[in-house]
Amino acid sequence: MIQKEDVVIRVAGESGDGSSATGEMLAQAAARSGLHVFTFRTTPAEIKGGPVMFQVRASNSPVRSMGDAVDVLFAFNREAWDLHHADMAPNAVLLYDPEEFDLPAEFTGIAYPAPIGQIAQAAGNRRGKNVAALGVVAALFGLGLNKLEDIVRAKLGKKADLLESNLAALRAGIEYAHQLAKRDPFWMESTGEHDRYVMTGNQAIVAGALHAGVEFFAGYPITPASDIMEGMAAMLPQIGGGYLQAEDEIASIMACIGASYGGKRAMTATSGPGLSLMSEAIGYASMTEIPVVIVDAQRGGPSTGLPTKMEQSDLNIALHGGHGDSPRIVLAPASVAECFHLTVWAFNLAEQYQTPVIVLSDYSLSFRTETVEPFDLSKYPRIDRLRPNGELAAKQYRRYELTANLVSPMVAPGVAYAQYTATGLEHNEFGNPDYTPANHAIMTEKRWGKLAPLQHSREYVRRFGAERAKVGLICWGTTAGPCRGAVYLAGQEDLPVAMLQVQMLSPLPVDAINEFLEQVEIVLVPEVNFQGQFAKLLQAELGIKVRSMTKYTGMPFSRLEILRQIHALHGLAEPVLA
Amino acid sequence: MTAVPITSAPVVYKPSDYRSDLKPIWCPGCGDFGVLAAIQQALAAAQINPKDLAVVSGIGCSSRLPGFLQTYGLHTVHGRALPAAIGLKTARPDLTVMAVGGDGDFFSIGLGHLPHAARRDLDITVVVMDNAIYGLTKGQTSPTSPRGHVTKSTPYGQSAQPLHPLAIVLASGASFVARGFSSQPKQLAELIKAGLAHRGFAFIHVLSPCVTFYDTYKLYKELVYNLPDTHDPSDLDAAMHYAVESERLPLGIFYRRPPLEPLPRPTPKPFDTQAYLNRFRA
Repeated sequence: MIQKEDVVIRVAGESGDGSSATGEMLAQAAARSGLHVFTFRTTPAEIKGGPVMFQVRASNSPVRSMGDAVDVLFAFNREAWDLHHADMAPNAVLLYDPEEFDLPAEFTGIAYPAPIGQIAQAAGNRRGKNVAALGVVAALFGLGLNKLEDIVRAKLGKKADLLESNLAALRAGIEYAHQLAKRDPFWMESTGEHDRYVMTGNQAIVAGALHAGVEFFAGYPITPASDIMEGMAAMLPQIGGGYLQAEDEIASIMACIGASYGGKRAMTATSGPGLSLMSEAIGYASMTEIPVVIVDAQRGGPSTGLPTKMEQSDLNIALHGGHGDSPRIVLAPASVAECFHLTVWAFNLAEQYQTPVIVLSDYSLSFRTETVEPFDLSKYPRIDRLRPNGELAAKQYRRYELTANLVSPMVAPGVAYAQYTATGLEHNEFGNPDYTPANHAIMTEKRWGKLAPLQHSREYVRRFGAERAKVGLICWGTTAGPCRGAVYLAGQEDLPVAMLQVQMLSPLPVDAINEFLEQVEIVLVPEVNFQGQFAKLLQAELGIKVRSMTKYTGMPFSRLEILRQIHALHGLAEPVLA
Repeated sequence: MTAVPITSAPVVYKPSDYRSDLKPIWCPGCGDFGVLAAIQQALAAAQINPKDLAVVSGIGCSSRLPGFLQTYGLHTVHGRALPAAIGLKTARPDLTVMAVGGDGDFFSIGLGHLPHAARRDLDITVVVMDNAIYGLTKGQTSPTSPRGHVTKSTPYGQSAQPLHPLAIVLASGASFVARGFSSQPKQLAELIKAGLAHRGFAFIHVLSPCVTFYDTYKLYKELVYNLPDTHDPSDLDAAMHYAVESERLPLGIFYRRPPLEPLPRPTPKPFDTQAYLNRFRA
């Protein structure tokens, strides 16, 4: 039996009915009270209407995945019940609005009616329904009960006229819950105050880029990357940077390349369809050795696909997109904290190696709220591109000089005697077009060779779990969260499992991976795409056989799903969660 | 653009100072030679320091031009000179930025960027060498080729009509619109010089024939004429009237108005990461 240390609360309803706001405020209040939170949401791709859900997982221990099953379901309407009751844990609690639907006969667990519309109306304003719901759920289950009024104040801020009626609705909700006879075991309260940030993945990417010294951003609206652009639009003018909402993604990345050629640190952010359009330009940046950072917040594909669902299916295009042999660096954060961390390093790596760097986030991470420990900013140096040293003589500047580490000095326009043309044609050390066989071979080797040392880096892998184990998980991106959860649960059963999270997908850190392979017998590679793109990469690069575990529903793995597979590989019975 | 006085500066840079050591790859007799010479003349007239000039291009015969100049150059991918130039100018307003290329770059694959570049009205000088043919790929029809044009890619004649590039940029809000002819390099240099002096988006359409695949020298010499002295370049209606003229080809400055005034922006301050992160404190 595995003991739970957390509670998962899902608030579900219709887009526009306030259910998502209830969940959001609950997460904020829980985080402010000192709990670790991890949220997960789904929204329809349409503007108005359609089912929504907002889930909060809260614990006094760090939480790294959305949770396994729902402990508390708050169904704002009948459809919410229909859609979500299958996800409820065996002893889960149901909250429902009796104005909307009757308690379903098939539900035999603990249920509390919560007529939130009526409660809010009695308190003065029916539109305070979501705040009444917040009061009910917090009073029943804890989760930042002492911070609710702060949260409601912060949310309503400038709308003073609504504040009073909402606070009244909140208090009425709390009072209503206190009158209910509590019959369930769920209560989650913070055991202490902590200094933490509450951020989404997109917010952490914006913060990371700003800390890294971003000086130019160009982008085009696309879900789920748009609020990275909006964050940049707000901040860059305040710090003297350049910002552009371009006419399309091709223009976005070309503008970034132009700005970077001009000596500025540049970034764009998009999702899969935009990355497809950027492919040619990424090859150009690779060829001309112009630094640029591209964030791809992945969503379900192909084509328009599932714009409001997560998937890890852009790995192949990130690694290989575009024609010709075009090296690039690909990084993948697994958490909100890693969004900050890897965005800073994306800039540093782009500058240091003069190459495009793609950061692969995904929809679940873009909008997920997590509690984040404060960053130690002293651990984030700023690395700038190599520039020519000292005075230059006329016509002697070699932009693509074959130096010992194959990284060449790069000037920005404005420097005398260093004028050169960056061209996507194959070129010689001076940057002049040169298609001779020997030159193409030398320059291809230069562009790839300068990145080769990264294969030996240990900076972009994270090792968790047992030192030696029968089963070793190798994963990337947000799947690392449920993998860590599975390793943790296995540990509770005294089942040793090893885990390696790879943060750099290109160049692949083969030394660290090979070392890990020595420590495990079976390699299991869970990832959210149909093809097993990462499993295939590992097999191709390392010549090994791995077990691919794929999910392609538009939803992330749960830690139980992964634990189940670990059990199966050990010949053990299905895991049971308390 | 750098604030270099156009007329009173002492002559430091001669036209030849803007030439690189690379020999142009163009066919003998190509109109682009005349455009290259006119650009050098205009740069010398404006006394722009070669180190403070960046010339951005796409792909095509004419897009090789930056390599033939002893200035900074960005020879990008097909059709994308304008967004790269916009990024560069936004990031480095101290530089003089030009975008050059051909009709394939600007009017076909990259046409989507042209109205947006025009409406932004940044200080970029654009020189489009229009030969109404795809030369680098050896002779296919282009968006400015005449209806019925027989080429290797249209053996039964081009069924579509040519577009009017100047009308497109005028309709999009360009603040300087002109046309020159590679065989009239003196006038062309004057137009480019005026474009460089203009602080907004300056669009110079250049008739620049291809001797190899579509020799229009004779045709253009018959069709071109100078805009009358009575033409008022601040008159958008009149400019539009001349821009859609196709029986004959007017040369000169079609339209010119003061560039857009920048909108007010916050006074920049250094970024303070810790202060920014404090917004997210629980």
